Amino acid sequence: MRALVARADVRTVSLLGVLAALIIIGGSTKPDEFLDTRNLQLVLTQASVIGVVTVGMTFVITSGGIDLSVGAIVALSSVWATTVATQEYGFAGILFTAVIVGVGCGLVNGVLIAYGGMVPFIATLAMLASARGLALQITDGKTQIVTVDGILKLGERDSYVLGIPPLVLVFAVVTVIGWLVLNRTTFGRRTVAVGGNAEAARLAGIDVRRQRLYLYLLSGLCCGIAAFLLIILSGSGQNTNGNLYELDAIAAAIIGGTLLSGGRGTITGAVLGVLIFTTITNIFALNNLQSDVQQIAKGAIIVAAVLVQRRTANTP
Amino acid sequence: MPEPTSLTSRRGLLFGTAAVSAGAFLTGCTSNDPKDEKPAANSQPAADDKPGKPVTIGFAGPQADHGWLNAINDNAKSRAKKYADVTLEITEGSNDTAAQIGQIETLINKKVDVLVVLPADGKALTQVGLQAMRAGIPVVNLDRIFNSPQAYRCWIGGDNYGMGLNAGHYIGEKLKDKKNARVIELAGLDNLELTQQRTEGFDAALKNYPNIKKVARQAAEFTVESGQAKMAQLLQAQSKFDALWNHDDDQGVGALRAIKQAGRDDFLMVGGAGALSAFQAIEADNSVLKATVLYPPTMAASAIDLARALGQGKGVGGLAEFEIPASLTLYSAVVDKDNVQQYMATGFK
Repeated sequence: MRALVARADVRTVSLLGVLAALIIIGGSTKPDEFLDTRNLQLVLTQASVIGVVTVGMTFVITSGGIDLSVGAIVALSSVWATTVATQEYGFAGILFTAVIVGVGCGLVNGVLIAYGGMVPFIATLAMLASARGLALQITDGKTQIVTVDGILKLGERDSYVLGIPPLVLVFAVVTVIGWLVLNRTTFGRRTVAVGGNAEAARLAGIDVRRQRLYLYLLSGLCCGIAAFLLIILSGSGQNTNGNLYELDAIAAAIIGGTLLSGGRGTITGAVLGVLIFTTITNIFALNNLQSDVQQIAKGAIIVAAVLVQRRTANTP
Repeated sequence: MPEPTSLTSRRGLLFGTAAVSAGAFLTGCTSNDPKDEKPAANSQPAADDKPGKPVTIGFAGPQADHGWLNAINDNAKSRAKKYADVTLEITEGSNDTAAQIGQIETLINKKVDVLVVLPADGKALTQVGLQAMRAGIPVVNLDRIFNSPQAYRCWIGGDNYGMGLNAGHYIGEKLKDKKNARVIELAGLDNLELTQQRTEGFDAALKNYPNIKKVARQAAEFTVESGQAKMAQLLQAQSKFDALWNHDDDQGVGALRAIKQAGRDDFLMVGGAGALSAFQAIEADNSVLKATVLYPPTMAASAIDLARALGQGKGVGGLAEFEIPASLTLYSAVVDKDNVQQYMATGFK
């Protein structure tokens, strides 16, 4: 057990090391722009939307599953919540719709996987396709601009609480709750157990099916919250929202040290993974490097981080 | 509207006569519109609303997941509806090359009279364009151009290079008295050739103004989300600049959000494409957005006009030609506060 804790620490430390190295690179290439409070606010804001999605994804992957539909659910939630009809109900209407649509999609995923016996990869792939299709149908390809003032205000500077943007606060709260649930509750232990060995978990008296259902619900809920954050950030709903979030969230979770085969998950690692990606993007943009270079670097970082982890953690 | 079956037999019956007298005959049989008395085919303007020989136009475009592409579909549909003698066979849009080829092949098999194709990728769809032309179906290639002129009878589209050029000149004129002016560019999707062309045109225009330097360029993805994200970074990277050219009004919605969130208003912004929201912002004149360079989706309506003219064997009104032209490039006009009223109706959502 102690060895396990030590390993986890080594992993976290190595991720912090990568982040520190990035901060040194950013600080030395663009000292004025990078080491600036506004830039810190910017990086954290940009990490928020995908960060919330990644917390949900970490739970799903820890249980040995996968959710390919997160980006599409974010898109569907955001366009459903920004339809003219919903905007009539103002702030609460938009928030409620975004969350309900996210949870609803998660419910469908969960039922298909837990009770329909579908492989998570296939069930969520189907959800990806149909949610994107539905999002396109709802918007008819048009950008739905938000006119509800309270929502727009939340993305602006005067709403910052002690210098922290509201989006970042939501991200922080989701992260803390995610960490507590995974590490300090029965629900968390069951999640790890199902991912480690589902049959053993069943024999130990865990309702594996119900657990799986809850996990996809949780992922859907995170997508709904993320969609709401995205609406605040972009002031609109568009069917192209959440493009490739599934890959970014999986990559961040894996870099963080969550096992793709399940049985081990770390919220801290996943959030560090998200921060590493966002910081890279930030440094590249500040140095005016183009997107092709950014993509290559992102790929290299994924490979490097996983290789380093295998070395330091000495686990398969 | 005549039945397709009777159409073929009538075609046989009228074989050898001038195209328009055939059209006039059919019109007389099938429509309540005034009879068209003009004898010679080529004296008829293409944009003429007078009904002629019935034409079935096949339309294949990419998935309308974006404001401009959606406007393309709307323009094509509403223009086709205006003509009593046009039937529009429209396929489901797709960004997948193989799927789009399949859809165009279906239209060829249906033996449509004319094809209008806006390929997701012009180069990749050249072969199927050739195939249609060989099957005797003339192709109107819309916007993204095929690799071979043999693959289409007529090309109509926007001027991406000109769009950059006109944006550059507009900004250049606004900043010409400013020493060491700094300009930044929020480009579109770098995977598309059109993005490179827009940037080339922009750079070429700026060469005329030695006092202006382009200090940064970032590519977004034509989406609101990417527009917001990339613009927020650009604003952080460039603490001071004088003008911004953003390639696309849809991603401009996000870019304007980022600008508002950063509380910046110390520069002028020029957009691209011609979205309604951009026109409204220009008219209201309460943001940094002062102008947008058109890339008009009305080209789809013009493509339907040309396809109908092709099907009826007409020329284009006002041009001293007996046939429609081989290519038409739309002008990328700059719309600012002075002329925005004139363009408001063409703005797409």
